[in-house]
Amino acid sequence: MAHSYTPGLKVTGSTTLRRERKLPLPGDVLVQVGQRVSASDIVARTQLPGNVQAVNVANLLGVLPEDVEEFLTKPVGSHVEKGEVFAESKSFFGLFRSKCHAPVQGSIESVSKVTGQVLLREEPIPVEVDAYVDGTIVEVHPRSGVTVETRGAFIQGIFGVGGETCGELRVSVSGPEAPLEERAFDASSRGKVIVGGAYVTTAVLRKAIAQGVKAVVVGGFDDHDLRQLLGYDLGVAITGSEELGITLIVTEGFGSIPMASRTFELLRSCEGRHVSVSGATQIRAGVQRPEIVAPAADGAGAREGAHDSVEGGLKTGDMVRVIRQPYFGRIGKVTALPPELMPLETEARVRVLEVDFGNGSRTLLPRANVEMIES
Amino acid sequence: MSPIDPEKLNSVLATDCGSTTTKAILIERRGSEYRLIVRGEAPTTVEAPFEDVTRGVLNAIMEVEELAGRKILDGERIITPQKGTEGVDLYISTSSAGGGLQMMVSGVVKSMTGESAQRAALGAGAIVMDVIASNDGRLPHEKIKRIRHLRPDMILLSGGVDGGTTSHVAEMAELLAAADPKARLGAGYELPVIYAGNKDAVGIVKERLGKKVALVITDNLRPVLERENLGPARDKIHDLFMEHVMAHAPGYRKLMTWSPVPIMPTPGAVGLIIETIAREGGIQVIGVDIGGATTDVFSVFQGVFNRTVSANLGMSYSVSNVLAEAGLANILRWVPFEIEERDLRNRIKNKMIRPTTIPQSLEELIIEQAIAREALRLAFEQHKSLAVGLKGVQQERTISDTFEQTQSGETLVRLDQLDLLVGSGGVLSHAPRRAQAALMMLDAFLPEHVTELAVDSIFMMPQLGVLSTVHPRAAKEVFEKDCLIRLGSAVAPVGPGRDGVTALSVTLEMPGGKREELSVPYGYLRLIPLELGETAKATLRPEKGLDVGEGKGRERVVTLKGGVVGLMFDARGRQPFRLPEDRAARIAKLNQWNEALSIYPPRDAAKISEANLRPVEAGA
Repeated sequence: MAHSYTPGLKVTGSTTLRRERKLPLPGDVLVQVGQRVSASDIVARTQLPGNVQAVNVANLLGVLPEDVEEFLTKPVGSHVEKGEVFAESKSFFGLFRSKCHAPVQGSIESVSKVTGQVLLREEPIPVEVDAYVDGTIVEVHPRSGVTVETRGAFIQGIFGVGGETCGELRVSVSGPEAPLEERAFDASSRGKVIVGGAYVTTAVLRKAIAQGVKAVVVGGFDDHDLRQLLGYDLGVAITGSEELGITLIVTEGFGSIPMASRTFELLRSCEGRHVSVSGATQIRAGVQRPEIVAPAADGAGAREGAHDSVEGGLKTGDMVRVIRQPYFGRIGKVTALPPELMPLETEARVRVLEVDFGNGSRTLLPRANVEMIES
Repeated sequence: MSPIDPEKLNSVLATDCGSTTTKAILIERRGSEYRLIVRGEAPTTVEAPFEDVTRGVLNAIMEVEELAGRKILDGERIITPQKGTEGVDLYISTSSAGGGLQMMVSGVVKSMTGESAQRAALGAGAIVMDVIASNDGRLPHEKIKRIRHLRPDMILLSGGVDGGTTSHVAEMAELLAAADPKARLGAGYELPVIYAGNKDAVGIVKERLGKKVALVITDNLRPVLERENLGPARDKIHDLFMEHVMAHAPGYRKLMTWSPVPIMPTPGAVGLIIETIAREGGIQVIGVDIGGATTDVFSVFQGVFNRTVSANLGMSYSVSNVLAEAGLANILRWVPFEIEERDLRNRIKNKMIRPTTIPQSLEELIIEQAIAREALRLAFEQHKSLAVGLKGVQQERTISDTFEQTQSGETLVRLDQLDLLVGSGGVLSHAPRRAQAALMMLDAFLPEHVTELAVDSIFMMPQLGVLSTVHPRAAKEVFEKDCLIRLGSAVAPVGPGRDGVTALSVTLEMPGGKREELSVPYGYLRLIPLELGETAKATLRPEKGLDVGEGKGRERVVTLKGGVVGLMFDARGRQPFRLPEDRAARIAKLNQWNEALSIYPPRDAAKISEANLRPVEAGA
């Protein structure tokens, strides 16, 4: 039987991370292997072909499609300005003229003898890729990008919105249970990555956006607030391209949930460091979780081997966190792993484990509903 | 590879590589019939760190070996043919790993060739990402942007009837060429594009696209307006799925060498078995498979097979999208207790971000089954809107049709003609009580008159589908005996009525000659146990204005099949089916229906919620 628990998210004080930074199309790589880069350094650049506009010249000029090319004022491949006449027809001894004006600036790409359409290609769109994390280039992928390596603390969240950013990490709450409040933000918050505790609301996030905060990391967030923040109901968890003016990373889940103390303490130990953050989440094939990367200034880890998640099998004595109602968010120690299928209140028979939540009483939980954390 | 002789097959090993789990089944000939012996499963290994689908396949086979107590593998090789008790005679597989087959289709007129192309792709087992058409309301540059943005596995280009105008097809080919689309998997190969349009435009299409994509030409899928010819396009999709898409997915090249039968896209294989069942039984069938990410609906009516996939309706990855599409009110209407909107929203999102969790409390199960009803309902709505007759067709009418205001493009899915409704997928197949699956299907599909309900016990329809291509009898025998769990028959009168007033009177001649008289009031549900394999002769007498298949108020005598649930007399209303608008009355009604089928432990819906819910008593 396959293991039926959710492998925990990575929360580690020191690890070596590699991040591929690739262009969407071939282009130029601007750095070399061994070069030290900071997060905002541009490492590769290219130009995306511009969008295409189709103009039905045959219709506009009232000519046959196969004749359209004769009526172009410039040959295929030429540059045209927006509004410039690029095709015209003359009739009645040149007294009446029909003209086609270029709807965009670009070049004449092609002419169709069948449809009479002329395709105009807009100007190329420059695309740049930055290093994302402070680190060293360890590999150059010719014409496509690089791999950056860094060493430091690494924390994965469960869900995020907003793209990649970076800034100085600041903890703005007294502890993991405390909600993040508006008063945490002032002019000094500009450019920072702010760590909250159990909860944040959209109203508070808006204050953070107004103060120029780069990212907020918090334990829980309400779906109701997410809807307000995005302006729509998020259907499928594929995020990272939202343009919200801020990146939000949720470490525990939806609702008001204290941040796991280990995560909170590790973030606190990184206070003042320049960190890289990505809200991109994809929960499907090729799962991707949001992350906070805190490269160590001296290349060493913050606290060596702090809290790696465990991906092996569950055993008695392991610490687990419950990830579904009715004990959602509680942390306990595994006291037994009965091999047989046991009935739940729903009458479903599933593999279970017995957990002590620290009060001596023992509770049976489906194995599918816990994730492991290292003690 | 030597042709397979069905008569020599004594054992078949079949796998289905799903996006999360690889499932293996072992089928053996026992005496004169084929039966399922064991089933094993293991996590699919298409993603990093393994990136080799065969690892998961081998793990699943190893579980089969353990459970069956026989050797199938010699190291990492499947022993074929069977020698003594070792090995199997045939290995076959289906796959939907890595997101399945994702296609973009294109036609000239969206509701005509566009729709035909969509049906061809869906029927072959693809997810259709978008339908691009000359008249889809988008400007050319918007279409080009869209084509560039999507990275399909394959594109199906169609348009025009044979001998018709070529300019629109040329225009679509030009747009495609300008977009220069890239394939989803592997940057190093050309995107396969199938052209199945006006044959007179083949030259133009070749000229425009020949150098930019891997172009394949096949027969027009709409050679004349009045006829679809989807077979050749579907076959080409299957060929290219193997040659291009699968060959670039991690490990598939190796997997393909293990089987003499091509690997099929999972939904395409399910479609095959549904088609076989409908054809062999001469019945109208609907099948549904509700998964974590997608919900597939299959139907065969009047011999026409249709399949749709609702790519973002599912119970885990896509659960939040069910909320977004159905709306909170539609989900809440199935929940028989009070729950705060904020709480429900957070629960749904938590399921989305931790998709492998399962309901532990009854309250959570009830919520999950409420969401499933809406996912099924929405997927079925989509299916009905695509499973239609050909549009734009001049219909020949006889005198007898004159008074029937039918039009072209009407849905083929007729609930009043449906004989068998088969549910599949975790939330239906693994519902703790079978009656829960029955009620979810009744609520979501609202079958009319007399319909038999069933669930696929362990979701082996994909493997049986591909088996049906080499050994239809074995596939059918296993389907009938080991795959289907027959829930029983539902009888649902159609028409309006008044709550509590008798809607249907029934005389049942039960096995052993016992007679039962039954009267079902409008708005009520009644269950009469009738064992699996048993039948009862029923005389159905609907009240005036209600129809059970013979016309309003007319008696019908029918043989009803039993099942693990029994006979369900559903007089809750069809056309219309309405839940009370008043909150308390609605909750009372839901509880009443739940109790009628005994779908949950008694009164627990209220009891387990004491801490954070306020149960509402019936009539409060």
